[in-house]
Amino acid sequence: MDLDALLDCVTSSSCLVTQTTSGLIVGMLLFMVAAGLTLIFGVLKIVNFAHGTFYMLGAYIAYSTFAFTGSYILGVLAGGLGMAIFGVIFERVLISRVYGANVLMQLLICYAVVLICDDLVKIIWGPDFYAMGMPPEFQVPPLFIAGGVVPPFYIMLIVVALVIGGGLGLSLGLTKIGKIIRAAAHNPNMVSALGINTTLLYSLVFAVGGMLAGLAGGLAAPVRSLTPGMGFSILIESFIVTVIGGMGSIGGALIAAVVLGLIRSFGTIGFPLFTEGLMYIAMIIILVTKPSGLFGKEIV
Amino acid sequence: MNQDKTTRRAVLTGAAAVLATPHIAGAQAKAVRIGMQATFSGPLAQSGITHRNAIEMEVERINATGGMAGRPIEMVYRDSKSQPQEAARVARELINSDGCEMLFDAESSAGSFAVQEVVRDLGVLCIHSSSETSSLTADPKYRVATAFRSGRQGIHDAIVGGAYAAKVAEARKLTKWATCSPDYAYGRDTTAQYLEYLKHFKPDIEVISQAWPKLGQPDFTEVITKLIQAKPQAMYTALYGGDLTAFINQGNIYALFSAMQVFSVNLADYTALTAIKNLPPGIATGNRYVVTCPDTAANREWGEAYRKRYNEYPTNWSWESSTGMRFYEGAAKKAGSTDPKKLAEALRGLKIDCPFGVDGTVTMRAEDQTVVGYAIGWGTTLTKPPYVADVKPADWGTIFELETEWKKRNGFI
Repeated sequence: MDLDALLDCVTSSSCLVTQTTSGLIVGMLLFMVAAGLTLIFGVLKIVNFAHGTFYMLGAYIAYSTFAFTGSYILGVLAGGLGMAIFGVIFERVLISRVYGANVLMQLLICYAVVLICDDLVKIIWGPDFYAMGMPPEFQVPPLFIAGGVVPPFYIMLIVVALVIGGGLGLSLGLTKIGKIIRAAAHNPNMVSALGINTTLLYSLVFAVGGMLAGLAGGLAAPVRSLTPGMGFSILIESFIVTVIGGMGSIGGALIAAVVLGLIRSFGTIGFPLFTEGLMYIAMIIILVTKPSGLFGKEIV
Repeated sequence: MNQDKTTRRAVLTGAAAVLATPHIAGAQAKAVRIGMQATFSGPLAQSGITHRNAIEMEVERINATGGMAGRPIEMVYRDSKSQPQEAARVARELINSDGCEMLFDAESSAGSFAVQEVVRDLGVLCIHSSSETSSLTADPKYRVATAFRSGRQGIHDAIVGGAYAAKVAEARKLTKWATCSPDYAYGRDTTAQYLEYLKHFKPDIEVISQAWPKLGQPDFTEVITKLIQAKPQAMYTALYGGDLTAFINQGNIYALFSAMQVFSVNLADYTALTAIKNLPPGIATGNRYVVTCPDTAANREWGEAYRKRYNEYPTNWSWESSTGMRFYEGAAKKAGSTDPKKLAEALRGLKIDCPFGVDGTVTMRAEDQTVVGYAIGWGTTLTKPPYVADVKPADWGTIFELETEWKKRNGFI
């Protein structure tokens, strides 16, 4: 524990700016993965343990697209689109068969997909780890804001994640399809009785969830290592986000992801040996005081 | 009569041909089965695969030149899934069920310590090629008479790294240091030993910040910003593999490497060097495996042969396993037998020609049954191949002297 260093940091503008942006970037990428996870749970009541795999495959597809075309934007879009399609296939072929089944059956199917995809990645891309490398347009020196260091690439990531998150929130809140999705989360039988094609709806939810994870994987690919099994660690953190934010709440996921990011960035200064522990303590506090999560009742 | 003479001549000629080509005779002998357990699945699968790649090259070469004392080698590979208990179970199975006569352990340290107890229990011959934890062979309470090590040791790297860093620090007046290493036994032990020897050679070093990211952590942003805030003049890191690549890629966008002199013990391995797209120049690094250390024709040839065969450069794991197989080969030649007891006796103190030796040879030191004399050194990174330049080879005299002191301090001798 180094509380003096933490105090020095929060009273220094340069440290505040640097660590806050650092926390935001960690949080926003986490939010994009967790948002899909919580959306799928909110509507379908499926805990998608294979969600980290969507993130991993999105990153690999983005990597290969970037290597082939040299375009980072195309890479990210390919990662998102690829995982939207994969999400639909995953839902139609496997998950649709276990709606309402024992959660252990759902877990088994998801885990099987995780293992199969990890092995497929090894067969297709090999067991080595890869790095996409920074796209040329972002190979620029960092900005200095109030003495703090802020890389332009991370500003772009934060903005893109906010736009996607905001767009998702607005779509769910204001559009007809968003209202149908929210209605299906409350009462799927009634939505079906009204003549709405819930099969298509459920596939759409998986497509959006998969796309978000795929986009996150693609966006992060220039700075993170690509390796088989890379989805596991982000899956664990995504679950913490959904537990703190409330299963099924997009807004809760956003706040929880940012809080976790800030816990990491400031925790590493004040509690360098207990940063991970702080995240779990935050989760335990929420579970004890409000088991449904910060926004648990607000089911979308 | 003439026909008889012709027949006798033909028989004698045939017999001579068989004797003159031992690999044909060897191919007819019963194969010596060597069991190897390693990680072949999961995120660390690359370690097992590149261990196996090197072994396959050596086995092919050894079998083509007569095998081990006339017997061809047949490898049996098993996946430990990176789990120590599985490594121990598989090692036992290789001996008890698969008919292997000896073992080749290519596990990371946790698995190697588990396998070591199986070796002790069964009394089987084993070469550890992957574990770098020094106590495996240095500490008498872990040592087993039939277990040897063909891989590098953490204590050797710490001494060489500390001596090199102290020289750079002295020349460039680097007194304020930070560290960033993975948060488990390897990262903590290696960092502590490195700092110990850095301070041994340059006592006025001050460590002002330490970061311990988790192994496999996807994002190092908060660690990097913490290091930047601390404003050290130099930083040591024991990160490796994908973690090191991510750390460098993320550090690049914060201009971390122009803000401080970075010393990375694990960077000079092609796995990392080729994966990093924007490798910053001037990072000080210890050699894991590069074809320029040792800078000899034998090492370059071996590295190129590996690259040609597998379409990628070898890893640190590759040379460690290659060396282990060469020790088995050398021991069989010396003993004239594949009897495990005779091989173990032959291995103690055995000196063999080896492309990875600093003088073209390596020795299996008799006192603790571990390899010494391998090429070990530090250099600085280049942005393009050969990626590492100015590699300063270590002085094994200094290593032996300080290693002995370290063993005494820890009660190992």
